[in-house]
Amino acid sequence: MTPLHLCLLISSALFCIGLAGALARSNTILVLLGIELMLNAANLNFIAFWRFGPSPAHATGVIFVIFSIAIAAAEAAVGLALIIALYRHQRNIRLQDAVQLKG
Amino acid sequence: MTVVLAIIALVLLGSAAAAMLSRNLVHSALLLAVSWLGTAAFYLWAGADFAAFAQVIVYVGAVSMVVLFAVLLTRQNPVGDVQVEPASRVRLTAALSVGACVAAVLFAAVVSSDFRPAPAQAPTATVKQIGLELMGPYGAALLIVGVLLTVALLGAIVLAASEPKRNPEDAP
Repeated sequence: MTPLHLCLLISSALFCIGLAGALARSNTILVLLGIELMLNAANLNFIAFWRFGPSPAHATGVIFVIFSIAIAAAEAAVGLALIIALYRHQRNIRLQDAVQLKG
Repeated sequence: MTVVLAIIALVLLGSAAAAMLSRNLVHSALLLAVSWLGTAAFYLWAGADFAAFAQVIVYVGAVSMVVLFAVLLTRQNPVGDVQVEPASRVRLTAALSVGACVAAVLFAAVVSSDFRPAPAQAPTATVKQIGLELMGPYGAALLIVGVLLTVALLGAIVLAASEPKRNPEDAP
């Protein structure tokens, strides 16, 4: 069991916590936070493969994580704006009440 | 080395699980900030200093504040605590079993795969090196991310700020 295995196991566990949370909770904000946890697990993988991978000369993993953090920030902003728009529309943010948005 | 990693993993996974289980939305948001700090600690442990500080600034500083604002703007009860009702039993069972199945597949894949041993010395990514790479080979990607962030934030403002016409009696 190398350190890379340990890092990948940790990020897999984090991904599954986020997945279970996003599927189980009915509050939209918690679903968004679960998605953020899954994104963080992917970032952990980038850093782990960069740190223990075969080509340490470049900073590719770090740069990938920086771009990924930027995308995650944009996603959080748009997601929370959608939640606020949903709240304004139906006065609560339960996912079960948002089914009327179906086309 | 492994002990430090174990402590980081404990904080990271424990606070993430507690945040997903918590009934109180504000507690969830604050516990997730702890979990993001744990991620930053992992980056520091792996030697990616710049990514760790970007994580602290963007996630712990900005995203958690935005989440707290969203929690406070969308709460039902303006005086009490922000409580969330628990998920229904069917939904909870389905979600937990899906999570456990995905975890089993991922764990089996990781444990059974055989990685090449890590190089002797750890890779280093100084700020100068990252800056040179961002301005050189990744310049186009940097510009595109800048445009994407601008468009996304403008879209968020448009989505959140457009006030629909409503009757005066059902205004809060």
